[in-house]
This record gives sequence, C-alpha cells and structure tokens, in this order.
Amino acid sequence: MLKQIEGSRAVAEAVALCRPEVICAYPISPQTHIVEALGEMVKSGDLTPCEFINVESEFAAMSVAIGASATGARSYTATASQGLLFMVEAVYNASGLGLPIVMTVANRAIGAPINIWNDHSDSLSQRDSGWMQLFAETNQEALDLHIQAFRLAEELSLPVMVCMDGFILTHAYERVDMPTQQQVDAFLPPYEPRQVLDPREPVSIGAMVGPEAFMEVRYLAHDKQMQALERIPQLAAEFKQVFGRDTGGLTHTYRAEDAVTMVVAMGSVLGTIKDTIDEMRDEGHKIGVLGITSYRPFPLAQVRAALQNAKRVVVLEKSLAVGIGGILSTDVRMALSGIQLHGYTVVAGLGGRAITRKSLHRLFREAEQDKLQPLTFLDLDSDVVNKQLARERNVRRSGPAAENMLRDIGTVASKIA
Amino acid sequence: MPFQPIKFYQTGTFTVGNRLLNPEQRSVQSHRDRSNAINSGHRACQGCGEALGARYALDAAMEASNSQLIAANATGCLEVFTTPYPETSWQLPWMHSLFGNAAAVATGIAAALKVKGRNEVRVVAQGGDGGTTDIGFGCLSGMFERNDDVLYICYDNEAYMNTGVQRSSATPPAARTATTMPVGAHPGNPFGQGKFVPAIAMAHEIPYVATATVADLRDLEAKVKRAMEFRGARYIHILVPCPLGWGTASDDTILIARLAHETGLFPVFEAEHGVQVSALTIRKQRPVEEYLKPQKRYAHLFGAKPKPDVIARIQQRADRNIRKYGLLQKEVA
Repeated sequence: MLKQIEGSRAVAEAVALCRPEVICAYPISPQTHIVEALGEMVKSGDLTPCEFINVESEFAAMSVAIGASATGARSYTATASQGLLFMVEAVYNASGLGLPIVMTVANRAIGAPINIWNDHSDSLSQRDSGWMQLFAETNQEALDLHIQAFRLAEELSLPVMVCMDGFILTHAYERVDMPTQQQVDAFLPPYEPRQVLDPREPVSIGAMVGPEAFMEVRYLAHDKQMQALERIPQLAAEFKQVFGRDTGGLTHTYRAEDAVTMVVAMGSVLGTIKDTIDEMRDEGHKIGVLGITSYRPFPLAQVRAALQNAKRVVVLEKSLAVGIGGILSTDVRMALSGIQLHGYTVVAGLGGRAITRKSLHRLFREAEQDKLQPLTFLDLDSDVVNKQLARERNVRRSGPAAENMLRDIGTVASKIA
Repeated sequence: MPFQPIKFYQTGTFTVGNRLLNPEQRSVQSHRDRSNAINSGHRACQGCGEALGARYALDAAMEASNSQLIAANATGCLEVFTTPYPETSWQLPWMHSLFGNAAAVATGIAAALKVKGRNEVRVVAQGGDGGTTDIGFGCLSGMFERNDDVLYICYDNEAYMNTGVQRSSATPPAARTATTMPVGAHPGNPFGQGKFVPAIAMAHEIPYVATATVADLRDLEAKVKRAMEFRGARYIHILVPCPLGWGTASDDTILIARLAHETGLFPVFEAEHGVQVSALTIRKQRPVEEYLKPQKRYAHLFGAKPKPDVIARIQQRADRNIRKYGLLQKEVA
C-alpha cells in the first residue's frame, strides 16, 4: 500500500509488522519519532502482544533487549550518536552472546562538539562490535531492510543494526510502499531462539570463557558474518519474490558499466551522487557508483569485482578516522589489494554539512584529472581552520576551539555552498 | 494445671532448634528436597558469606515460586565462582551479561515472560554491592521506578572483593580497603560518604524492601518468601561478611554477621511501599568494638595507636540506626 509518510513512521510501521515482542525506548534525536510511533501502537493495542519499556538510558535499553532476547522474545530498540556510544558495552555483549536483536541507528555525528546532524561516525565506531550493519539509501529501503534484518539476525543468531541517515531519511516525507501483514508473515517466521532462559530446561548463559575457548567463540562470530555474506543476497532475492521489490543485498552499482571513475558511498548520499553521475554521463564522462548496503559483513569480493576495471576509485564517506583519514576507504582498499589504481578518500558531510551536486561535480571532475589529494575534505573551510591554528600558535590560552571557530564564521544558518 | 509448652533456645540467641519446630515452620534450607539452586562444587572462598546468602535466598525463592525462577546476575564474585565452565553451580536458568546491567536484563526477562503469558515464572536479579550501589545503580533505580516485576537481591560485602578489595559506596567509614588504606591523618574509608541503598529503594516506594544478614537464616528466608508474594519491584539487601576482604576467620562469618546486627551497625528491617513495617530487634545492644575488633580491616583502630575517637564515631552510627529503625527490643515487664 502506497503511503506518503515520514521515514521514521515508515520504519515504525515496518517494525510493527515484524511482530516485535519487547521494545525498549530511550529518546535521542533523530531516532525519537520511530519509538514514539511504536509506543503509541503498543499503548493503543494496535501492536499486541508487545511490551514497550521506557528505560532510563541507552545502556539499559540494550540491556533490557538482551534479557528479553535471551528469554526468547523478538526484541527491538533504536538509537543514535551519543546513545549508541553510551550503550557500547551492552552492544558488544549482545553480539558476543549471539542474541538476534534488531536496532535502528539513525546515523548522527558524535560530539564533542555536540551536533545532532547526520554523518556515519556513530555506527562506524561499532564496526568491530560483531553486529551486522545494513545501510539504507532511501526510506523504502530502510523500511524493507528492517524486515530482512529480523530474518537475517534470527537465522544467524547475531544482532543487526539498520543504519539510516538521521533527519535526511528519518524526518523526510517520502512515498513508500508499505507491505501487508500477510506479506511480512510469509517472509518472517516466528522467532525460534537457539538459546532460551526457561525453567523447563535450565541453562547458564554468560559464563566466563578463558584462553581455552575465547578464540573459538570469537571466530564463530566471524564465521557467522561470513555466512551472512551468502545469506544477505539470498534473502534479498526471496524478499523480491514476496514483496516484488529489489531491496537489500550486499552492494549495488549504478551506471558502472565501462566506468573509468568509480565512486563508492553508503546511505542517502547515493541519491545525490546518482543525480550527479546522470548529469556527467550526459556530458560523456565515464563515471559510475558503487553503493554498499552491507557494511558488516563487508563484501570484499563484490567490492573488488565492481571496482577492479576502473582506473580510479573515489570513496566518499561521512566519517573520519582521525589520524589516518577514511574508515570505509580502508575497507575498500583492502578489497582492492594488489590492484593498481588511483584511490581517493573524500571525507564529506560531517555533522550534517550538506553534500551538494555542485560540490560533487567539482570533486568528480578533479578526480577524473587525478588532481585530488589522496585525502580530501569536501568543502572544508580552510580559512577558518588556519585562523584557529594561527591563534593557537600565538596565544597559549587560546580558549575553546569550536567556539572560536563559530565566532569567526559568524551567524549563518548552515554552510550550503 | 495449665499446660506450659517447653521452649528450647540456643544459648544467647533466639534461634530455636529446627527439629523442635513444626514442619511448616522449618527453614527451606533444612528440607531434604530444597532446590540447591547453587549446587556444591563452586569456587567461593572458605567461609564466603555471599555463597551462603545467595544459596539461602535462591533456595527460598525457588520454594516460593515452585521452581519457576530465572536469575540475572551481575559480574562479580558470585558470577565468577559459580560458573567455572564446563561446570556450573546453577540449577535454575541463569544469565550473566555485564557488571552494571543485572536489573535491566531482569527487566527484559520479565517483559519477555509477560508477553509470552508465562506469569508463573518469576525473575530475580542479583549482584554484589559494587554491581548494585555503584555501577549498576542507574539500571537498578530505573527498574525500581518502573515497578518492573523483579526481585533484586544485593549481596553486600562492603567492597569490590572480586577485583581485590577496593572501596565501594557501601564501604563503611574507617574500613581499610585497597583504595582506602590505613595511612595518613584519617586512615581507612572517610566518614560522611557512602550510601545505604535500602533507604534509597524505599524512596522509590516500591512494594517491598528488606534487609537481612546471613546470621538469621529463618529471617532471611521469611523475607524472600514475603518478597515473592508481591508483584512489581522488590529489593532485599543482605549483609554477607567476606573473610578475605574483612580479614576475619572463615569460621566467624555467621558470628560477624550477627554482631553487625546486634551492634546496630547493620539495621535489619522490612518496608512496604516506602514505609518501614518491621525490624528484627536486638535484645541487648553490643558495643561496636566487639564487631570491629575481630576484623583486620579495622585493625588500625586498635593495637599500638588506638583510635577511641574513631570508634566513638562508629558507635554513634550504630546508636543512630537503633533509634532510626527502632532496633532495640522493648523491655518486657
């Protein structure tokens, strides 16, 4: 059924169709609308049987989900940014225990400086947490990926984060095709746990594991993610059969045939990139894009296959590994090991900085001429940075850096070029 | 001639011999068919108060729930010494997640049971004083205020014993720990710090709060039984001496626990919906020296340079508890 609704609402309705049994909610922008909608559905009786728990922190949210999942309940929560960091200990615990919790991450920057807008710093900080991470390009994909995520998580007994760009997707009103309950039920069977706390069959879960088995337990998690590399495309195919839509999978290419320059990105920015590439293709540029849906597990073989015939690769990522450069591009380079080509890391859109077609046109043209620096910060205001660096050279008590730079910039609503 | 039932008391205590009681009055622990929720073979130290307290409490909870019980456990001694896998002491479904989230994990377990209609299955969460009063306090308070259907049991041995006896917010004044050494002008843990979580639990006005010690088995069991009669958040705080951390003889655990009660330093009482409803009274208050002296963690108060002023301050704390919780038995005329 076609609907014109907010991305958060679409995700909430999709999650509800997955018949979650325990939902834990703690408010943090920009995921709040999702759990608000689910809370209303539970309270009104539209989503039943389901327990909706207003917890006192994200750490508690994940902990409640851990207890519920270990007792055999399909468990869901959502978070972003600081909230994800606040629950990190429990994030690792959920995956270490093999509990198939599904969590929406409404991607948002991490402070300081505090910033509520979108980038991928939060979920990418959890790349080694043992959770699978699926990135949505559109609200339709966000909706669909949640349905696939429950199936994937429960088949493998591993938790899944569905990552959707904060505000850009969560707060955007778009047309989505909302599946029926019958469709979702046909795709997603009831949760059958591998381990469950039940007095009828008492087990101990969470014992200490020493050097004699720790490696093997950790390896098993890796092995399961390697299995996911097989399952994710199969589930996408099965999803298409039931829902009639091509959603999910490991990667997607767009106009990549004969492309000399390939762009790599994740999430909603792929839309802007595709528009830019359409315009450049019209002008005869041989450029295409690879969108990565499954960030963990990382599809090395698919990425390699998609990029190996290009002359240059531009990884455009909304994240920064301070002290080295890119996070996503490190993984892309691993996929390309042994292949000689020009590789560029472009850090873009941090803290919600708009990534415009105009900037992308300039960027991609520079890349085509191999004039880009190996590490480029898109639309970086170097004047502001240099002014602060000079200030720090000249004055010991130069004061808080962020506030100085804001003062230098003056009152502007946003930095849209 | 009127019938006068004969009463048998152990010398100096009210403890009546178990065999002389009616079967329904006998302790769960004395039943041959007790659940042995924590079975033998665990790796606790000799004389461990926590092992004893947890066994008493969980066997009583198993009895009260008809063995329909699930336990969530914080990281700590209890977690470590009971699960040296491939062996486990737990005869009930048991889960350890993290140090600071036992209460929240229990909330999740209770929510899952509710949604599945398994109302007969009950949930306990348990942790030491560190996992309860410090790192797990946020989750504990959240579970309390939501009135989640969980019985939380804190085994309080007044410091972080599993990591080597460091101070917690339950460590009493003057006590030596590895992070409050008996050196400097004010040796041991400072006065004027710390918190008494049973009182904070009462401030949440949850259905049931109780304290107990391992010295009074039947009192402890009665409180667990009473707690299991309620639905919603319940809290039992059990004082469990630690021979290792307190520097006491391993066969003195019960004696030390009893002295903690009889000096008034550890008030034993019950509260319902935020109001105290009973106290385990003391026939004759014992001076705090009797409790402090056998413990090496207070050795710096005695010996070559005794600290009568510090002991007097500790005595004041005991006297205040006696007044506050009505711990002294009224003289019978």
